[in-house]
Amino acid sequence: MAELAAEAVRVPAGVRHTSLQKFMRRRSTIAFAMTLPLIVLIVALVIYPAFYSMYLATLNKSMQRFVGLGNFEFLFRRATFWMVVKQSCIFAISAVFFKALIGFFVAHFVHTIPTKGQRKWRGMLMVPWVIPTAISTIGWFWLFDPSYSAFNWLLGKFGVDPVPWLGHPLWARFSVILVNVWYGAPFFMIMYLAALKSVPEQLYEAAAIDGANWFQRLWYITLPMMRNIIAITVLFSLIVTFANFDIVRILTAGGPVDQTHVFATWAFLLGIQGNDIPLGAAVSLFMLPILGVSAIFILRGVRRRTIEA
Amino acid sequence: MTAVTAGELGGLKPARRGSIQKSRRQALFWSYVFLVIFAIFFLTPPIYMLVTSLKSSGEISAVTNPWWVYQPTLENYVELLTQNQFLVFFRNSVVVSVTVVAITMLISVPAAFALSRMKFWGSATLATGVFLTYLIPETLLFIPLFKIFAFLRDVTGIEFINHWWILIILYPTLSVPFCTWIMIGYFASIPKELDEAALIDGAGYIQMLTKIFIPVALPGIIAATIFAFTVSWANFLYPLAFTTSADQLVLPVGIVTTLIKGDVYNWGQIMAGSLLCAAPPLIVYAFLMDYYIAGLTAGATKG
Repeated sequence: MAELAAEAVRVPAGVRHTSLQKFMRRRSTIAFAMTLPLIVLIVALVIYPAFYSMYLATLNKSMQRFVGLGNFEFLFRRATFWMVVKQSCIFAISAVFFKALIGFFVAHFVHTIPTKGQRKWRGMLMVPWVIPTAISTIGWFWLFDPSYSAFNWLLGKFGVDPVPWLGHPLWARFSVILVNVWYGAPFFMIMYLAALKSVPEQLYEAAAIDGANWFQRLWYITLPMMRNIIAITVLFSLIVTFANFDIVRILTAGGPVDQTHVFATWAFLLGIQGNDIPLGAAVSLFMLPILGVSAIFILRGVRRRTIEA
Repeated sequence: MTAVTAGELGGLKPARRGSIQKSRRQALFWSYVFLVIFAIFFLTPPIYMLVTSLKSSGEISAVTNPWWVYQPTLENYVELLTQNQFLVFFRNSVVVSVTVVAITMLISVPAAFALSRMKFWGSATLATGVFLTYLIPETLLFIPLFKIFAFLRDVTGIEFINHWWILIILYPTLSVPFCTWIMIGYFASIPKELDEAALIDGAGYIQMLTKIFIPVALPGIIAATIFAFTVSWANFLYPLAFTTSADQLVLPVGIVTTLIKGDVYNWGQIMAGSLLCAAPPLIVYAFLMDYYIAGLTAGATKG
């Protein structure tokens, strides 16, 4: 150990014991002092609010009376709540699925082309991830604009009727998912590309000599080698997508008729705009279960990776 | 094609090599085709934003090809940059982001060093805890935080809500856990021999951090800085919930709430403002792409 090596050099044999103790004490004191700002920040602004939110959810609207699970009871009786649950799940699962799929294939295409061109392509394909989401969503909103929609203009050239991108519930749901996929797929691409680079080339050569076709190579080499990173990325993205706010808020603000609300936007509507903080807190708490489950699996993956490394 | 079965393997070698080359060429061709398709998909919105930002409002409402500019003009940019309001948003954003980056690095670098090198009671648990906090989304925290700051106002008499500087308190909750986590990874990859050499030369822990760890882990520090900057530049929820007055807004929210006035959308200006807002992260990305990507992948691959 580094500490012992230092000890051996610095301290004469006679006083070793007490000064070692002092040294240890000093070391842990310094270490604690160094982590203290982090601990204060996390406890005061993340952990405390998270628990406070559970307490808030048990109060009435004016926050003066304890109502227990009254807010939840109220939510369970509202059809809008169940619709938000359904829409959040549809939104998160389908968006993550397509992000992973597109990211996987695009990563493959980038990996296939010669190395010197890869940087350029990777650079271009990452642009959606780099632009602030709120900003790019405004761009999409303008592309979807009912009277000047540039997409509808193009479709019109092919003789297709204008599509009510954000006006019709089904299309609006499609649109928010589309924008989310557009924004998130580059992240998957970059993760998968990093994973693909770590698969030893000899495996593919051996497989090619054995006569494996592209599907067999994908199924028996690429996927098993990337399994861990795929799992972590998907779970990660599931959390972020489930908690998404910007895209839905700017594109549809939950409409038409609340059909595209997800937990975050609905909680914002009730809690901040509707001034019913406990109800908003209760809604946002429904993000916890999926969060917890994903976190456990991610942690397992990350730990396993640390042990392997 | 690669449909070379085991039986054929003993056959003519040149033929097999030829077929592998042919399948390579085919794979390359299709890769380029699909890359072009996806590049179009990924780049359409920003390019369309650029096209719109160069149009006058007359041309935007005219029934012409929306994808083309017939009379390019910079009037939208000029108007925005001479307008005081937009510059206020920009200044707020810059001040908030730069301060948050500084705070984040001051908190997370020493903490990551302590957690990765100075094992103390509970340090492993704390490192895991840092990672878990990173997973808690802002959308879960904004309501209790809003209430906490309203409560603090009642107690201290300081008005927290509706001041841009509250974002300096809030944004580190987004940037610090992730930056600490990737810095732990970077520090852990530094060989232990370096510590030993430093200790033998009589360096203290602070010197070890500033003279060895920070220079050696500089790529990681740059990646973490970029992350902290982009997160605080792009956040939308916190400013939307915590600031309302026009002079307290930061860029993304400012564009959404003030440039869209009721039903009157001045699309040319909105797009110009959006692109000006997207420019700093894009410039950082263009020049520091490798660090940017290293930071992204470090979250899940290192640690």
